This record gives sequence, C-alpha cells and structure tokens, in this order.
Amino acid sequence: MRRAVAWRTPALGALLPLALIATWQIAASAGTFDVGLWASPATVLRAASATVRDGSLAGDVWASLQRDVAGLAIGVPVGLIVGTLLALSRLGDALLGPSLSAVRQVALFTWVPLISLWLGNDEPGKIAFIAYAVFFPVMLATQAGVRGADPQLREVARTLCLTSWQSLRRVILPAALPSIAAGIHLALVYGWLATIGAEYLFSAGPGIGSALMTGRAQFRMDQVIVGMVAIAVVGMLLNVLAGAAERRLLQSRGL
Amino acid sequence: MTAQAGIAARPAAAAMARWSFGWPRSGPIAAAFLALIVPASGLAIWRIATQQAWVTPLMLPAPDAVAAALRDLARSGDLTSNLGLSLRRVVLGFGFGAAIGLAAGGAMGLSRTAEAMLRPLLLSFVQVPVLAWIPLLMIPLGIGETLKLAAIGISAFTPVFLNTAKGFRNVAPALIEVGTLYKFNWPQRVRHILLPGALPTLFTGLRLGLTQAWQALIVVELVASTDGIGYVTVIARQMFQFDQMLAAMLVIGVVGFCLDRSLRFAEARLVHRFGGAAA
Repeated sequence: MRRAVAWRTPALGALLPLALIATWQIAASAGTFDVGLWASPATVLRAASATVRDGSLAGDVWASLQRDVAGLAIGVPVGLIVGTLLALSRLGDALLGPSLSAVRQVALFTWVPLISLWLGNDEPGKIAFIAYAVFFPVMLATQAGVRGADPQLREVARTLCLTSWQSLRRVILPAALPSIAAGIHLALVYGWLATIGAEYLFSAGPGIGSALMTGRAQFRMDQVIVGMVAIAVVGMLLNVLAGAAERRLLQSRGL
Repeated sequence: MTAQAGIAARPAAAAMARWSFGWPRSGPIAAAFLALIVPASGLAIWRIATQQAWVTPLMLPAPDAVAAALRDLARSGDLTSNLGLSLRRVVLGFGFGAAIGLAAGGAMGLSRTAEAMLRPLLLSFVQVPVLAWIPLLMIPLGIGETLKLAAIGISAFTPVFLNTAKGFRNVAPALIEVGTLYKFNWPQRVRHILLPGALPTLFTGLRLGLTQAWQALIVVELVASTDGIGYVTVIARQMFQFDQMLAAMLVIGVVGFCLDRSLRFAEARLVHRFGGAAA
C-alpha cells in the first residue's frame, strides 16, 4: 500500500504536463495549425539544442547576469547604508522615511522613462534601474533588522564601552544579519526581473531579455519559448542558491 | 538634564544618543512637519535649479510646467480616458487571474488528488515571471487588449493561487478535528471550518494579486501599448514632452499609493471581521 502511494503522486503530477505536450505535438504533426508560426515541442527542442550548441543562449544569459551583478553591486550597499542609518537615527527616519515610502509606491517600471531621460538608453540606464529595483528590499530588511536588534545586546555594547562604530559592527549588524540576508535574497529575485525588464525597455544589446524581444519580432515562437525557460531556470537557480547561502550563513552563526 | 548627563558619561551611549541627535519623542504634528521637510526642500531646490537654468528643461522641466501639464492632461480628457482604460484593464485582468487562481488554489488546498495532479504543472508555471510571458503572448495576440488582460491575469494568478492553496492547507488540524467531532459532512466542513480558517491568507493573496496586477499593467503598457496611463509616459518621453511625462508618473504614483492603502485597509477590516474568530 505504501509503495502504491509512493509512485502515485509523481505519476499524477506528470499526467497533465505530458498530456499537454503530447496534444501540442500531435496537433502540430497533424497540421491543425501552422507550425511555422506556432512552433511545436519538436521545433522548440531543436531551437534549444541549436542555441545551446552555438553558445548564443549561454552568451545572452551571461551578459544579463553581468548586468544584474552590476546593478546589485550598487543597489545592495546603498540599501544597507540607508537602512542602517534610518534604523539608528530617529531624526533621519522622521525626515526621510515618509518620502521613501511614498516613492516606493510608484510602480517600479514607471521610473524607466525618467531613468532613460537622465542616464540614456544604454548600459548606465539599465544598471541604474536594476540598482533601484534592489535598493528597497535591502533597505527595508536592513532597517527592520537593525531596529529589531535586541535592546539587551545594545546594553551589552554599552557596558563594554564599545565605540558606536564597534557596537554597530560587532553587535548590531550581526544581530540584524538574518533579516539582511532575507533582504538580499529578495533583492536577487527583484534584480533578475529588473534585468529582463531593462533589456526590453532600454536599448537592445546582448542579453536574454533582448534575445526574447528579437525572437518575438521575427515571430520565432520556438526561440521565445527557449528564452522563457532560460529566464525561469536562472531565476529559480538564483532563488535556490540564495536560500542555501542564507541557511548556511545562519547555521554558521548558530542561529 | 541629569539623566542626559548620566548617559553622556558613558562614551558609547553618548555616541548612540548623538546618532539619533537626542531627538525627543514627537507627536503626530511634529512627525508630519519633519516628513514634509525633505519633499518641500526638494521642491524648492527643483524650482530654483530650473529658474536659474542650472538644469535644462530637457533634463528636468520646472515644477510649474509639470503642474500645468497635469492640468492640461486633466482638462483635455486625456487623463481620464487613459486612466479609465488602464483601470478597466487592471480590474478585468485581475478578475480573470484571481478567479482562476482561487479555483486552482482551492482545488489544490481541498483535495489531495487535485494537489498531486496540479502541483508540478502549476508550480513550474509560477516560476516563469510575467515579464517572460509578454513576448510569447505578443506573437499570437499582437499588442491588443487581449495581451494586456492575459499579462495582468497571469501576474494576479500567481499570488492568489499560492496563497489560496496555502490558506486551505494550513488550517489548524485541531479545528478540522472539531469538524470531525461534530460529524460535519464535506460542504459543512468547507463552509464552517476550512473557509473561515483560510480566509486571512486568502485575502493576503488577493491583495498581493491586485498589487501585482497594477505593476504588470505598467509593464505591459510600456512594452506594448498604444493607450493607457503607462503609454502616456512613453509617448511623452518620445515626443520630448518631459513635463507631461512627469505629470503622468505622478498620477501613476498617486493611484498606486491609494490602491495599496485601500487594499491594506480592506484586508485589515475583512480579516478582523471574518478571520478573527477562526484564527
């Protein structure tokens, strides 16, 4: 009975995807629709193996990841610094907090036309947009983590006569680490989405988002589907890796 | 004063106090005053910078020009017609996406067989961001209304589906036992135990879904559109009418803000009313 249950769930789970793919392929082979326009599982596989073999898929993903990292390298530190300052300074929070939370309400992509106006349509604009997208999750998580640092820990720092820099570095930031790690995890997810969006809306260049738009313009549905899957897989890997790093970090700190 | 001096005797504490500028606990009026300093001085600097021609209007138009552009947009009817179109898209797209999300999430949350069948398919579906769907959908759908509704629907579906499934799955086992004790039949169990128990999580999903729908609307109107409030910013940018672009951005911000606030308010009220007893 237990063995029957063990294979039942994966078998049921495979049922719908397999049925969908089979229907799609059979309909394509039977000439129900124009395979030139609509693609079929076979043409998608062929496109996948072609883009993998000529290296264009890996090249595009690599270009996008570099852009993503450049944006993260700006947005994450700024988020850390602003979040820490707002958490430590009540005046700073009173002055800036409401303005920042109002700015945050503006839908992310609304900023694209303005950023392209100020920084141009090329790489600086794209990277600035990615940096902006990852700034808020890091800032909010840092602020919450630092503010939530146990008051008793601050008391300890005080009795040890640590300077404010020492107490920040040795006591407060380590206590805020779990929250900061969660914020950076979220920033990785946002950063990847912002990278794809930036490649759609700013000038075309190397990158998986641009490749998707090119495929669309050429009505190459097979290429577009390959690109979609690549975007989803990279996003999933980033998420999984960030989650694993987060757990390792917290474990090594004994949390 | 003596307390202040006592703290100052300890160097670290003094540094901490200096960090927060020793600001006293302030009332709501003081808080509002402080909150307005940054935007007000920003506006003043913006105004002076444009008046003194430190920045060209091609980089940053004057605040008065933006206000005038906003008035023009409102008076000519462009604002209401485009905003109306956009809101209609959000409502319809969200309606479709949320309905399918509720159905799929409910099925997965209530039946183990449905969960086994749907889980792998829907979880891999959810992995693909709506941004990646847009180019694919554009091939058969073009840039018409269907594309927008599909993109917005997909973006709303994800959080609604995930939270509905989670909400039903996470109903406290103790509550379910109460149902068994009362010999409830299945509809009674759903109606009196599972639904009230899942409701708070379900509302969270709906709120997140509407927020996502609004974000997706802006994306799809920037990428592929010929009307709507997002498109107003695009066309203004292309025509170098930057005052109009900023005015439309302002409208998007204000609408998004009101949407978020009213949803949080509604969620708090509904959870208080329905979820409080079961949770």
